[in-house]
Amino acid sequence: MNAPAEIDRERTVTLTPKDFASDQEVRWCPGCGDYAILKAVQKVLPTLGVPRERFVFVSGIGCSSRFPYYMSTYGFHTIHGRAPAIATGVKLANPDLDVWLITGDGDGLSIGGNHMLHVLRRNVDLQILLFNNQIYGLTKGQYSPTSRLGSGTPSTPEGSLDAPLLPCRFALGAGARFVARSIDTEIVHLSAVLTRAHAHRGASFVEIFQNCNVYNDGAFDYFTERAHAKETQLRLEHGQPMRFGRDGEKGIRFNPTTFSLEAVTPGEEGVSDDDVLVHDESNRALAGMLCAMDGPDLPVALGVIYRAPGPEYVESVRVQREQYRAKVGPADLDALLHRGHTWRVDDHLHRPGSAGSEPDR
Amino acid sequence: MSAAEERLESTLEGEHRELDSVVIRFAGDSGDGMQLTGGQFTESTALSGNDLATFPDFPAEIRAPTGTTFGVSAFQINFASHEVSTAGDELDVLVAMNPAALKTNLLDLREGGVLVIDSGAFGARNLKKAGYASNPLEDGSLSGFHVVQIDVQKRVLEAVEPYGLGHKNALRCKNMWVLGLIMWLYGRDRAPTVAGIQEKFADRPEIRDANLAALNAGHTYAESAELAEALPAVSVPRASVEPGLYRNVTGTEAMAWGIVAASVLSGLEVLFASYPITPASSLLHTLAGLKQFDVTTFQAEDEIAAACAAIGAAYAGSLGVTSSAGPGIALKGEAISLACAVELPLVVINTQRGGPSTGLPTKTEQSDLYQAVFGRHADTPLVVLAPSTPSDCFEVAVEAARIATRHMTPVMVLSDGYLANAAEPWRIPDTAVMERFAPRFAAEPEGFHPFARDPDTLARVWAKPGTPGLEHRIGGLEKSFVSSNISYDPANHQRMTEVRNEKIARVARDIPAQTIALGPDSGPLAVLSWGSTYGAVHQAVKRVLADRLPVAHVHLRYLWPLPSDLESLLGGFERVLIPEMNTGQLRRIVRSETLVDAKGLNKIAGQPFKITEVETAIREEIDA
Repeated sequence: MNAPAEIDRERTVTLTPKDFASDQEVRWCPGCGDYAILKAVQKVLPTLGVPRERFVFVSGIGCSSRFPYYMSTYGFHTIHGRAPAIATGVKLANPDLDVWLITGDGDGLSIGGNHMLHVLRRNVDLQILLFNNQIYGLTKGQYSPTSRLGSGTPSTPEGSLDAPLLPCRFALGAGARFVARSIDTEIVHLSAVLTRAHAHRGASFVEIFQNCNVYNDGAFDYFTERAHAKETQLRLEHGQPMRFGRDGEKGIRFNPTTFSLEAVTPGEEGVSDDDVLVHDESNRALAGMLCAMDGPDLPVALGVIYRAPGPEYVESVRVQREQYRAKVGPADLDALLHRGHTWRVDDHLHRPGSAGSEPDR
Repeated sequence: MSAAEERLESTLEGEHRELDSVVIRFAGDSGDGMQLTGGQFTESTALSGNDLATFPDFPAEIRAPTGTTFGVSAFQINFASHEVSTAGDELDVLVAMNPAALKTNLLDLREGGVLVIDSGAFGARNLKKAGYASNPLEDGSLSGFHVVQIDVQKRVLEAVEPYGLGHKNALRCKNMWVLGLIMWLYGRDRAPTVAGIQEKFADRPEIRDANLAALNAGHTYAESAELAEALPAVSVPRASVEPGLYRNVTGTEAMAWGIVAASVLSGLEVLFASYPITPASSLLHTLAGLKQFDVTTFQAEDEIAAACAAIGAAYAGSLGVTSSAGPGIALKGEAISLACAVELPLVVINTQRGGPSTGLPTKTEQSDLYQAVFGRHADTPLVVLAPSTPSDCFEVAVEAARIATRHMTPVMVLSDGYLANAAEPWRIPDTAVMERFAPRFAAEPEGFHPFARDPDTLARVWAKPGTPGLEHRIGGLEKSFVSSNISYDPANHQRMTEVRNEKIARVARDIPAQTIALGPDSGPLAVLSWGSTYGAVHQAVKRVLADRLPVAHVHLRYLWPLPSDLESLLGGFERVLIPEMNTGQLRRIVRSETLVDAKGLNKIAGQPFKITEVETAIREEIDA
């Protein structure tokens, strides 16, 4: 989130989603989930009370990373995997900027995994939107670090052999203090999650399940299909019981014997309403288990999974600098150059073998 | 009688002899504190008015096993009553704190030179570790030198006994004892050293007092009649230098202060983003302690992130600086190309070391010139500068920032391990007269597009995020010359590539005319140098000129683009000799750019050139 410096209300209240659409032709494949995410972001930005010129979209390389070109804000389409480092530099230079980082599963977790780890650990105040489509789209369909085991792709014709990464588990492991999930086409849910991500001061990690209709079509259908979404999704609300099912008849219970979450139906087999867990965004252990839920009996957790505000890196840098300045006094270049031992050589001594110089201080 | 013999005579005879120059090397175990001893002696030598140059030479291992040859750390200083620009070729005095230090350094001691030895460290164990079959103190192998044996260990233990430090800590005062002895030998004032020790150990009075006691004990010992006979005191008259206020400075300090000065002169905040690597890390450490200025340091997770953070800062309107040594610069390559493509200012400092790969981390080399000029994918020209001396790092850092922001381009600065660690006296500049170069950020939305160019420099506009009405997108994709939008148009790519090239070529209009550092402006031979070889080449040319032989010294600060008058200047000479600490990288560039058929003198030993090496090559060229 942006530091609440004085904001020109005149210029922010009149903004509409259209004000955030650039004049560039969008070049994603027809039917790509990225269109819906673009729409959601353009819908959310005018509601945040931030002047347009303060928004900066930084991206890496990949389909998702074309995003900045389609926004009429400041934007920087950088190099593969490095957007977190570039965005960190932007924030260190100007903390007043409202920086959004757009990345994908390949960009953010494969080539850029190291930078993602460190930007989360440092807790740099950014909104990080990771479009997870479980495939490399722009390079024509190779498997990605989030592709399911056995994925058949041009580079793995007999099926992929390496275990996939769970982005939200990775983020939690890296020390992220805001971890959330949503779905590309669920504009209302996604907009609410983005609004909360923006309100969080620090690195806000949002995984967006994004359908690649060309190379990995339907990868998330098993839980995103509206027809059975109520049974396959767990919409998390802080302080509310974790209920799901056609009529909310099911719930999530902690099983202390197996140390894991399980789906239960209160009223059956001695399970009561009290057994259903209440979502607590600040519970990191619970967040880790929620991230890992993935069928066949368990729903996929969506919404804000974890939120625990803590020291933000750029702010800490500024505070430390101010404390240092208070201690050592004002900056003075000449004083710096003269610090320590100096000596003066005078004009009249400017002869070989003469009496020479005197220590100056 | 040769000069060397004369010097030996003057060392051995009489009470207090005068010399015009002395080269001393302190060598010991890496735990013996030789760098501290050298640094303190340098400080007092500078204050006494001699010109000087130093060369610290330490192992890559942090705590190598004691007594081993690979754990030897050395510090060399050359001080004189005349201009000095190298740490000296041959040693007049070698201080060897153990057998390993003797073994690894004796070759550099001149015939008849003075050898100060801590005989207390020459036990059987240490002799064996150093690989000596017999004790050199007893087998006559040192007969060509003037050997002064002192059981330093024993005397130090006596001197610091009252402070109850324990054997190990007491022995750590050995370096101060030796410093006291050498200070007496050259008539140095101990007061600044005493003040330094008092400050450094203010919180640990027993350590402070023990060090002071050791320093004074060494001094007193030297004063004793017995030693004065064996090792008479000498004095080196003050050097004749430009009037002004002086201080000592290492290349690292000068570079750091240059970056601070660039911030002050441009009015820009600096983001210095780096990742630890020898021998570049000390620049990060120095700047991290200067937070009172508008300089933020950022230790990134890797070299790539460091370059990228600096680029991000530049995009947001700061001066982005990143720093490393050769291997790290290679990692930054793709990011530097991005900076070339989006035409953002960026200063990249490469403190070169011996390579390839991990190579010689603590040793010096000039082998990243190709990498600087050519080492990126695609056509990505940028500006390359190189400082010539430790103090020149200050000016070059400022110049790099000026060119980067004026021409909207990355600028690579090629320092090296020698420059970073070496020290010399520096006439402190008057910052009030230094050129200000505040950039003009775009503010006017009318007709704005991000790659609109200055017609003279071809530099694009610099528009900061946060400026109302200038919202725009930049990126690594090719953009239209006309609109800045993404463009894959063939003719546009040709045009943009040519414009990026021409923009860098035009930097040559913004740099001073190439000068001749020494000697005639035409003749049979010019010696062309760049970077830290300046000192050795300069002195070599000076010596040859003193014999009235025709040779000139030309030194390059601007390596890309080359000065536009270089070709005509070199055309005035029949032959051109290029000494380099690589296999001939500048030679090939000069040949391809000027068609001058230069000859190379190439040393790739991890050590700077000796003056005599360059001098011999020059004389051979003249005789050829």
